[in-house]
Formats: sequence, structure tokens, C-alpha cells
Amino acid sequence: MLKRLHRNRTVSSGSPEDDALLEELRAALAPDRVRFDGAERALMGRDASVFDGGVSGPVCFPLTTAEVVAIMTISERHNRSIVPRGAGTGLAGGAIPLGAPVVIALTRMNRILEIDFDNRVAWVEPGVINLDLTKHLRPLGYHFAPDPSSQQVCTIGGNVANNSGGPHCLAYGVTNPHVRAIEVVLASGEVVMLGGLDPEPPGFDLRGAFVGSEGTLGIATRIAVTLTPNAPAVRTLLLAFASVEAAANTVSAVIAEGIVPAAMEVLDQKITQAVENFVGAGYPTDAAAVLLAEVDGLEDGVDLDADRISAIGLGNGATSVRLAETEAERELLWKGRKTAFGAIAQIAPDYYLHDTVVPRSKLAQVLEQIYEIAARHDVLVMNVFHAGDGNLHPLLVFDGRIEGMLERVHAAGAEIIEASIAAGGVLSGEHGIGVEKQAYMSRMFSDDDLDHQGRLRKGFDPKCRANPGKVLPSGHSCADIQALRAVPSGVWG
Amino acid sequence: MTSALVSNDPALAAFAELVGDDGPVTVRGSGTRWELGGLVDPEATVVSAPVGVVDHIPAEMTVTVRAGTTVAQLQEVLGGAGQRTALPGRGGTVGGAVAVGENGLYPRGTGTVAASVLQVRYVSAEGRLVTAGGPTVKNVTGFDLPRLMTGSLGTLGLLAEITLRTNPIPGLSCWLEAEAVDPFAVNDLLLHPSAVLADDARVWVLLEGHAADVEAESRRLATLGTFVERDGPPPLPEHRWSLPPAALRDVVAGAADGATGPEPGSGPFVASIGVGHLWASQPQPPRPLDPVTQSINGRLKSNFDPTGRLNPGRTLGRP
Repeated sequence: MLKRLHRNRTVSSGSPEDDALLEELRAALAPDRVRFDGAERALMGRDASVFDGGVSGPVCFPLTTAEVVAIMTISERHNRSIVPRGAGTGLAGGAIPLGAPVVIALTRMNRILEIDFDNRVAWVEPGVINLDLTKHLRPLGYHFAPDPSSQQVCTIGGNVANNSGGPHCLAYGVTNPHVRAIEVVLASGEVVMLGGLDPEPPGFDLRGAFVGSEGTLGIATRIAVTLTPNAPAVRTLLLAFASVEAAANTVSAVIAEGIVPAAMEVLDQKITQAVENFVGAGYPTDAAAVLLAEVDGLEDGVDLDADRISAIGLGNGATSVRLAETEAERELLWKGRKTAFGAIAQIAPDYYLHDTVVPRSKLAQVLEQIYEIAARHDVLVMNVFHAGDGNLHPLLVFDGRIEGMLERVHAAGAEIIEASIAAGGVLSGEHGIGVEKQAYMSRMFSDDDLDHQGRLRKGFDPKCRANPGKVLPSGHSCADIQALRAVPSGVWG
Repeated sequence: MTSALVSNDPALAAFAELVGDDGPVTVRGSGTRWELGGLVDPEATVVSAPVGVVDHIPAEMTVTVRAGTTVAQLQEVLGGAGQRTALPGRGGTVGGAVAVGENGLYPRGTGTVAASVLQVRYVSAEGRLVTAGGPTVKNVTGFDLPRLMTGSLGTLGLLAEITLRTNPIPGLSCWLEAEAVDPFAVNDLLLHPSAVLADDARVWVLLEGHAADVEAESRRLATLGTFVERDGPPPLPEHRWSLPPAALRDVVAGAADGATGPEPGSGPFVASIGVGHLWASQPQPPRPLDPVTQSINGRLKSNFDPTGRLNPGRTLGRP
């Protein structure tokens, strides 16, 4: 069963201990950038996940690395843990504060510092919004390749913390290979540059280990991300199928043919209808599934690959193949895919978006299981996912006000995760573990395996002060909120 | 607690048994980079990792291989299915290549070694078999131990089995050479060259992909100078450097000072433009770690290998 957090939701007024902490933080930053009011703390107690009940301590909005250092140092002196936070769009509860930590909101550190063409990197602060960076780079001939669905609001710092993906990570890879160097403030307050602009910096690959560590190893304050050249030619195809299985088999066959498309996204009929109703992109609403495939590169090659994908689709039973004729048409097709999660508001007020990965050859089989699981729990499921890399995103759509509904949603979700693991898959492709999947970690890893993950974490943060209570399951190193013992009783209300 | 992903391969269990939990131990592959990071304590027991390709699923673009398998053997299996990996083809074993972590000559074509390692199983200092990462091409489940293990020279754990991402061998691969052409202009002109190499007089370019794309890029290159086809890359001098790509401008211009690149007149060099690798006749000066990085490295080493029994004598941070 997925665990929902049921901590005391009352946001208390401060204790004397809090007052002393606040006073020091306000002196180090500025009074208006250290908040402790009920509204701010209630807001920071949640993120975009379904989990609630986090309890936030003081909320700080630093502007510089030096201010982050000051917050770390003051927090340590007061024996308080810290939680970094970007836009709060995470879906695994990674930003939820546990044990009334000091929340370090990095949204105001949002400057693009330097575009270094010779080294093909952009130096950015962590609060820079993903799409803002790409909009800045496009006219210069480049872009930032990771493009999560939340890219209009999510931050680069959050992308680093979660090793975020997105549709176009099929050809270009998720965030990790696009990050060259990271300035990090450790929980100790020390500042360190991980990685470097050269291809093989000396020492252990600390940069590689930091990306995707969900805020548990320290706080990124400056990030050098790789500039990816814009491709001169793009072809976008929309293929319709009479079954989800045929769409999934087409995806497997394209990969097996040695084609590496920029993106391959599948939408099933229910989400296609919702999207079409929302954006009117011309998606075929009578198809059981559609495949949105994109190839980019040079003119001749993209034509060849588009033809091959089309032929593979038709060979696997595609009922229609449409090639976007204009850039406007292509953008409209992508708007459909990228606003899919907004489109479901027409259907029900709540959704729970899952995120597992299975071997590509098992896509059809696991999808069939997902529909069966949802039907058995009487929950509406829609599937819109990064098919090209086997990354499933079953979307459970529901009305949380209905008695017993949330329990059914969690039960169905648990079975979906189990089905993915049983098919040789993994717990998360791009959302992370956070608090959502901690309990499942033991389904994928032995105690020895988890113990070693804890050893990595403690190499950076021996006292487990950065984002405690996340990723590793209870009973393992840093999983339990040690800082709680030192937290004044007042903060629990 | 049992895990769905714990290996039941007897060869790995036997390797863990061999490594045991006591006394200095080192694992030797082909020894092609044996002196990297310093010589291992001669008292250490020398063991070999198990061999064999465990599972190659061409349609998944992944392969699982025991660490003692040679890169050449792996490539033979993959080549039959039209695939390759990021591992450098300089001889040696898969485990050695991952433990060293050095990229091949054209990582922009094959991908980097670090990004290609999806899952590792290794024997810990306590003699336990540990699994890290996952077998799928996309995975953010838990801490990224495969990244930490890659390039760690066997000082944190001894690699037993590795799952790698593969990629398709391009339809056409073509090396071109020119003289008196600005290699940086070449790098800026091409969309995704697999390699742009240069010394102080010549430029070598590796174009890969659809034949039509390779021809189109060749035509664009012709606007910069006269390129002729050649059989392969130029011979590479002995010592490998890692520099920011921008630093190669001074190297190619003969303006490096010995720290920023080999000094002019110090022998032949080949620079990988846009990447930052450099092969020179003299070694790169030591690149000491800053104190904070050093302390993280030190904590990691003592967390993973409290008694210092894994590859004693070897340290990171020296080229």
C-alpha cells in the first residue's frame, strides 16, 4: 500500500527555539525573504504530488550562494534539517518537508549567468525555469534538451535534483548527461564544484552521483548545462492504431530496427479524446491509440527515418499515418501531448500520475495488465507515455471526494507498480522516489543494495541533514527523520 | 529480504566467494591501464572477474555482460546484431573499461561510458554482491551508484557484471582529413559530428549516419577546404589529457603553457575538438582535488571500504 503522510496538519505559531532561528536567518538574508506565516508554511507543506501533511519550518528565499551557505550554517547550529525546493512540481513528494526543516526555496536565484559557446555550456542559477532557458537559447541556435511536461514552470535545479526526463529524452538522454558542472552547498555549509567543463574530471564522479539525488546530497547553486544544437530538420508523424498493443509493438519494432527517434509518445483513446476536446489538434478520436513520433537531424536522414517509421507502423496495423506539413501543425500536435494532464480536468477533479519503466518489448503486456487492474478497482485509467524508452505513465483519474475512492486509487497504483517490477522494470523513470515509492525500494533492491545507497548519501551528508526521510525506506540510513528529536515540540502544534 | 533483481548467477556468487571479506585484494582484467592511479600493493591477492555475455536483447538495445569479458568479445556479439557500445576499443575487459571510465575516441557518436552503464553488480569490501541501478534504458530509482562506480578504479567495489546501453552501428562511417582548415569552424559547421580531431596542421573528421546525411555533411565541409577520405583516425600519442573544449584553441594555436595544454615543441598531439580530450607526448600535470572534494572522496572511500582492502595503493585524482 502506498503510504499517505498523516502528520499533524496544524501549522503552529513559533516556539522560542523557532524565534531564535528566525532571528538569525532574517539577519543573514533580509526580513522579507524569511517567511514563517501560516499561509507560506502551508503552501510549502505540499508539492504537486498527492501527499500532504508535510510540516515546514521557516521558509527562506536566498539570492546568492553565500546566503545559501548562511542558511545551511545557521540551520546546523540550530540542529535543523533543510529541504531545497524549486517550483514544487515534483510528483513523488520529494519537496515535502518532514520534521519541520528549514525550507530553502531557490526560485529567486533565477538568472542565466553566462552562455559559453566555446565550451557549449550555459551557466544558470537553480531557479531558472526550464522553458525560459530553451527560449533564451533557441535564437542562438541551441536548446536545453530535457523537456519535462512541466517545463513551463519547473526549474533547472529541480531537473537536476530529479534527473528529469521528457518526451525528447529518447534520443538526447535525461538530465544527467546534459549537466557538466554543479556548484553545490553541502549540508555542512561547505561549497564545492562537482564535475567540470572538461570531459573527465579527476576523482570519483560526484557530479554524476549528485544528479537525481532528490535534494539529499546538498543544494545546487550554479549549474553548467550543455547546449544542444537545434536540428535543422524535423519530421513529426501521428499514427493511429486499432489497438494499444499495435501501437506498443510499433514502438518496439522501430527501436529494434536501429532507428533512434527524437521522441515516441503513445496516447490511448480516452486521453486522446480528452486532448482533442481541449486543443483541437486533429487527433483521431476513433483510434484505440495514437503514436506521436518525431525524428530530427539533417533533411535526407529525417525523410528516410520518417518513411521507415511510417512503413513499420503500417506493417503493425496502423490505420492512418499523418505527417505534420507545417511547423504550426507540428506545434499543435505537441501542444496536444504536452497539455494532456491539463485536459483531464474536464473529466474529473483529481489525478494520480504513475511513472514506471518496463522493457520496451513488455509494453503491450504490461499495458494490458494496467487496464485490467484499473477495471478491477473501478478506477478510470488513461495512458499517455514515453513509449520509446518504455516509460509508462498510467494516469488514474478520479474524484477524491467520493468515499473510498482514494483507497481504490492507491490499491490500483500499488498493483501497477508490482506489475512493472514483475515484467523486469523499475520503480521510476523520471519522477523519482521521494516519499511516494520508498516502501517499494525493497522490491527492487536487497538490504545490501540499499545499505550501499546510504553509504553514497553519507559521503556527501554524514549527518543526514539534507532532505531527510526521502528515497531510502524506513530502517535504512538517513531514512528516518533524525532531526525530529531536536525539533521543538511547538512546531508540531 | 529477497529482491526481484538479485542475481542467481553462480559465476557471480563464486566471484564474491573469491574476493571474500578479508585481506587486500585487486581484480585484474587485461592490464591495459594497470598503472592508472598508482600501483597496487604487491601483497594484494589478484583475482579475475567472471567472463561471458549473459543476455543481449537486440530489440531493447541493452546487453548484460560479466565484467571479465573482453570488450572485443562483447563487440563481436553486438556487431552480429548491428550494435555497439560506448566502451573504448583499445583492448581490455568490460569491467576494466568501466572501472577506468575513459571514453573512446568518439563519444559524440557512441555516447559516453558513464551514460551507457545502466546497472552494475559488484562485490563489496564485505564480500557481498551488491546491485546498483536497473536494467532498463531509463531509470531514476534510488541513488546513482553506477555513476559512482564508473571510473572509480575498483576502489569502492569490484565489478562482477554490467548492463550497458547499446546503440546502432550507423549505416555509414567515414573518416575525412584536411590540411590548413580551422578545426573549430569544422566543429561549428557540422550538426552532430562523431569526432573532430586536430593537431597543429591537420583536421580529421568522423561522420556517421545515413549515407545521404554523411554526403550532405561532406559537401558542407568542402566549403571550408579540401577533405580526403582516409581509413581511420590518426595515430594517437601515448598520454591522455582532459581539458575544457575551449582550452584546445590555445593548444592548436601553439599557445598552451604546459598546464593549459602541452607546450609547443613538446611533441605531436591530437586534440578532440568540442569534447576536450587530448593525446600528447607528455602526461597531463596532476590535477589535485580541492579540499572539499577530497573530503567527500575520502568519506566515500571509507564508507565503502572501511579497511582499505580494495585495490590498496590506487587513488583517484591523478591522470
